[in-house]
Amino acid sequence: MAKRSAPEVNAGSMADIAFLLLIFFLVTTDIATDSGLNRKLPPIVDITDPPKIKERNIFQINVNRTNQIFLKSDGEERLINLGDLRAAAVKFLDNGGGTGDDACKRCQGGQNPKSSDNFDKAIISLSNDRLTKYKTYIAVQNEIIAAYNTLRDREFKREFPALQMSYVEANDRYLDPQTPQAEQDRLKDQLETIKILIPQKFSEAETKSN
Amino acid sequence: MSKFKKKQDGGLPPISTASLPDIVFMLLFFFMVATVIKEDNLLIENKLPSADQVEKLDKKNPVSYIYIGKPSANYIDKYGSEARIQLNDKYAGVEDIAPFIAAERAALREELLPKLTIALKVDREANMGLVSDVKQELRKVNALKINYTTRKGDAVANAQN
Repeated sequence: MAKRSAPEVNAGSMADIAFLLLIFFLVTTDIATDSGLNRKLPPIVDITDPPKIKERNIFQINVNRTNQIFLKSDGEERLINLGDLRAAAVKFLDNGGGTGDDACKRCQGGQNPKSSDNFDKAIISLSNDRLTKYKTYIAVQNEIIAAYNTLRDREFKREFPALQMSYVEANDRYLDPQTPQAEQDRLKDQLETIKILIPQKFSEAETKSN
Repeated sequence: MSKFKKKQDGGLPPISTASLPDIVFMLLFFFMVATVIKEDNLLIENKLPSADQVEKLDKKNPVSYIYIGKPSANYIDKYGSEARIQLNDKYAGVEDIAPFIAAERAALREELLPKLTIALKVDREANMGLVSDVKQELRKVNALKINYTTRKGDAVANAQN
């Protein structure tokens, strides 16, 4: 008798099995959404002698219980739209109204004597009500970070034109685990330079209770 | 004659499905690799707000999650519709934060302790009161690195609806 070859296994149902697994993973997948706004909370310390800060150096934002935003800066108080907040914050930070020791070499703003002296002196302060919605709070935080990033981008490009990157891109590249170690170290120094140049001076008042 | 007839009865040949399993397997592998099994079973509603100045959370460093939101539909009868905190798999109060952080820290190697980040996953409709209480509690236990977890999107438009 001739040697019979082994019968072929029917692979037709393989697709069904694969589909079953595929659907299981499709349903259980939760593609990671772990990105967000990094912030640092201030440690609890008793300040017996609070430093004196000139009012013109503070950009006071207050979000009330109906999610309206009050802004007190440049010697006036007004209601502001969320959409205008970023531009207002940039204008405040970039003002460069200081003279003498406080003069700001890098600022390109209007040098309004009623607004901030320089990057180092300018403080953004945020307070909110207990009934403020979280989404409004996050949007305000986002706009403040955006204002700082706008200026940091500008100064990063001016300081390190050879890189052809903005501050945010450089930061992403620094955090990317695939970036080589040598480049990471170099980027870290460069980012640090800009951070010292334009520090994020951000203060949050404890929430008002009512 | 029959030899020549065969060619005529044609119509389209059936499409071969032999490569279908390969395609499906390819998709399968993609989803298997991209899948992150949920760490916590959510008992609360958790629609995150959007922001566009986001930074990726560094996965090399340890992260602890605190969820805040109103109880999800199944639990609303029992727990009401006021926003609550969820730690691990349970509802918790503000006073449970400190022991939670202590437990998270105890599970870490010492050199990683200062790198612990607290990711706040807060529902966009929650009130700031509770969030502020949590922040205050975190300050008390000196867990100062926080991350407001958000989706990527337009923050301004998002806050207005």
